[in-house]
Amino acid sequence: MQFAVLMGFVLAALAPMLHRWFADRTSLVLALFPGLIAAWLFSQAPMVINDGPVLLEWQWVPSLGISLTFLLDGLSLLFGLLITVIGTCVLVYAGGYLKGHPDIARFYLALMAFMVSMLGLVLADGLVTLFIFWELTSVTSYLLIGFNHADLQARKSARQGLFVTFAGGLALMAGLVMLGVASDSWSLTDIRAMETDLREHALYTPMLICLLLGAFTKSAQFPFHFWLPNAMAAPTPVSAYLHSATMVKAGIYLLARLQPELGGTSLWVGVLSVVGATTLLVGAFLAIHHTNVKKLLAYSTIMALGTLTMLLGIGTEYAMTAFVTFLLAHSMYKGALFMVAGNLDHETGTKDVTAMGGLRPLMPVTAMIALAAALSLAGVPPLFGFIGKELKFEAALGAGDYRSLLVIFAFLGAVLTIAVAAIIALRPFYGTRHHTPKAPHEAPLSMLIGPGLLSVGSIAFGIAPGAFGVNALLTSAASAVSGEPMDITLSLWYGVNLALVMSVVSLALGFLLFKYWDDVRARLSILAPAMRRGPEAGYEGLLNGMVVFSEWQTRILQNGYMRNYILVMLVVLIALIGNSILLRHSPLLAFDLDVRFHEVIVVGTMTMSALFATVTRSRLGAVVSVGIMGFSIALVFILFSAPDLGITQLLVETLTVILLVLVLFRLPRFSHLSTSLERIRDGSVAAMMGILIFLLIMTAWSIDQFESISTYMVENSAPLAYGRNIVNVILVDYRALDTLGEMFVLALAAIGVIAMLKLRHEPESPRTAAESSKSDTQEPYDG
Amino acid sequence: MVKSGTIILNTAARFLMPLQLMFSVFLLLRGHDEPGGGFIAGLVAAGAFTLYLLAFGVSATKEVLRMVDPRDLIGVGLLLGMVSVVPAWFMGQPFLTAQWWTIPVIDFKASTPLIFDIGVYLAVLGSVIGMVMALMEVDKDEP
Repeated sequence: MQFAVLMGFVLAALAPMLHRWFADRTSLVLALFPGLIAAWLFSQAPMVINDGPVLLEWQWVPSLGISLTFLLDGLSLLFGLLITVIGTCVLVYAGGYLKGHPDIARFYLALMAFMVSMLGLVLADGLVTLFIFWELTSVTSYLLIGFNHADLQARKSARQGLFVTFAGGLALMAGLVMLGVASDSWSLTDIRAMETDLREHALYTPMLICLLLGAFTKSAQFPFHFWLPNAMAAPTPVSAYLHSATMVKAGIYLLARLQPELGGTSLWVGVLSVVGATTLLVGAFLAIHHTNVKKLLAYSTIMALGTLTMLLGIGTEYAMTAFVTFLLAHSMYKGALFMVAGNLDHETGTKDVTAMGGLRPLMPVTAMIALAAALSLAGVPPLFGFIGKELKFEAALGAGDYRSLLVIFAFLGAVLTIAVAAIIALRPFYGTRHHTPKAPHEAPLSMLIGPGLLSVGSIAFGIAPGAFGVNALLTSAASAVSGEPMDITLSLWYGVNLALVMSVVSLALGFLLFKYWDDVRARLSILAPAMRRGPEAGYEGLLNGMVVFSEWQTRILQNGYMRNYILVMLVVLIALIGNSILLRHSPLLAFDLDVRFHEVIVVGTMTMSALFATVTRSRLGAVVSVGIMGFSIALVFILFSAPDLGITQLLVETLTVILLVLVLFRLPRFSHLSTSLERIRDGSVAAMMGILIFLLIMTAWSIDQFESISTYMVENSAPLAYGRNIVNVILVDYRALDTLGEMFVLALAAIGVIAMLKLRHEPESPRTAAESSKSDTQEPYDG
Repeated sequence: MVKSGTIILNTAARFLMPLQLMFSVFLLLRGHDEPGGGFIAGLVAAGAFTLYLLAFGVSATKEVLRMVDPRDLIGVGLLLGMVSVVPAWFMGQPFLTAQWWTIPVIDFKASTPLIFDIGVYLAVLGSVIGMVMALMEVDKDEP
């Protein structure tokens, strides 16, 4: 199974090629992948529901205890099915929506890669795997938001989404590491099976704060919600898939996953309930400000995400039932509504609902789909959304802490949501016809199948909640979230109770709000200046501050003068190493002066050439004298019987001199020589560096921190590595990984040099190119 | 600067280059037991080409290299370095475990470290002559 999921990445990479073969039918071919995975998940469902979680193990880095293990329990099954089924719908839809788009292949690539990452995220059992897939969804989301990369707004939004989710990702990583350390395990299954209670661990509070930051940024909770509406710059299929049905629920998934181990404390209940309820109300309130149909839906998604967080915070059995039911209901109707919004945008050429009207006769199927999905969003019986909303009210009424706050927020949120639902379902399709940029007609079949299917689901699950195994699936998922077995039986009618009264009143008020929406919006516009000071302004300020700061420190530190870089590096080295030598190891100067005559000569040559290099006014002279020093070092190596090092030093020195000459030859004469003050400064730094290195060598020589490994290498190079040249055996066998890394560094440096020199001299027009190639051929003869 | 054009250097370079290249191959192959190895051999070969470059200039050296671009040498070198990893994988051993085979008739010890060493050789050679050639071409483009 892991293999099948990972094959999705291969399929994503092949998408551009498939597009060349299948052209317009590519989306259908690609849709087979989520379709097949969904079929497999369905086939596993009875086993998971009846016999408990299934664990699919695959060792990945056994020495570190990291495995690519998939955990299939009720929760991951529910999420996996949402991802694959809605993924299939969205792929088919995207084939119609983006038909003829020049970059459609790139779109398929990113969308498939996202799908696989998201599947991996919800199926992962290991904390490390979970984190990797988590970050992959952020990256692919970035690519998809910025799909129309020629558009400045899209690029900006993509970056914003990336920054916010990556900042949260860093916190998440810290949180997961703390979780791993606290539980001494990197697997969700093991953590769940643990005896000790993580809530009493010393790391509980910091760990929870980090995990919550990760989840809240990903799932657009207040005050990090601002990136989600901006992410609507993405093509509509992406909005339907990533930014309503799947990716933004990753944070919710994580919270639900960890709720049995970490939930229930006053910190958990307080933060989740209050943040969730605030997000709910803020999302719903901001939604009615907007006339852009995608923004409306985005804010209503924020409202839904807030609801889910709030329900997890409440944590009662009712809340868990409401959580899974609302999750399923929301994914279905919101996915459908986004695709309806895409149809409207695609056919009319505008996203402004106030600019549309009377489209029902022209787009009858879309209108019906929109009506069904919006009724579910509003929570009107007998649709599935109604059950979700009833349970939500019940859960809020049954909350322990913050009960009245949650009930009021949930009620107000519901009123506003109903208005949003009415705006989307009624405004574009009824009333008088408006002139739109494009002459509207019904969307093609491929753009009706996906949303149609989801809407039919909303109706069918609502009318017969007992059928289709929905009860069993949700029971299994809710049990996984609460950590203990539960039994759910959904039904449309729970009798006349407070929740039902709230539903009816909210319906009436919501419809009233819809009636006077234009007036309300006009009045709310006085709030606009306050809106601009929201969290997004804080994000912008932070970003600008960072740019100003990095400009400042770049000007100071990276001023482009090589001598300053070297000076700074040497001073830092002197400070750090000198500090360590003087304070931690008293420098040892025990040595005997048993030197031979030829050694004195070699060292004398080195000293002389170094001195000459500092006083000469000719660059060439300096290069040559530095070269002499290098050759003397090679001589030292040979004298102390290290032929390999000696040869290497000689060769490197030769080539360095050649390269230096080639570079320095092109420089003009010195324009000015350093002043005496600068010379004193440079001289003292150089002298200190020299003394430091001297002390370092002397100290290192006389300290035995640990046993030398050279004996091992000498003894084993012939029997184990079949080589008598230990230096080479170290390079290509013992330390081959290091060498491999160095090869890449060398190659990168060379490519950097070549690119830097070549790009500057790239011919600008064909004529100059011809000229330069002409001079190429003449060159050998004219010197 | 680009090329000396003196008869002595030209003649010497013409004769020295093949010798140096042969010597570099010699160093490369004996490297596992005696002083030598891919890095040193690559530097020797780079020295050979650099001498030729100094004597005859960039275009003449490009003709000697025929179709081979130094950048390709870097690529092939890195590729060989990565390829030498693969056999250990199939044997189910940890990353980069050396594999040894003896080719029967000539009694030659073939191994993944040798493939790796050849990769080092090519990467070093390509990097150095790529840089030298790029620097010399800049010189030539100047008016």
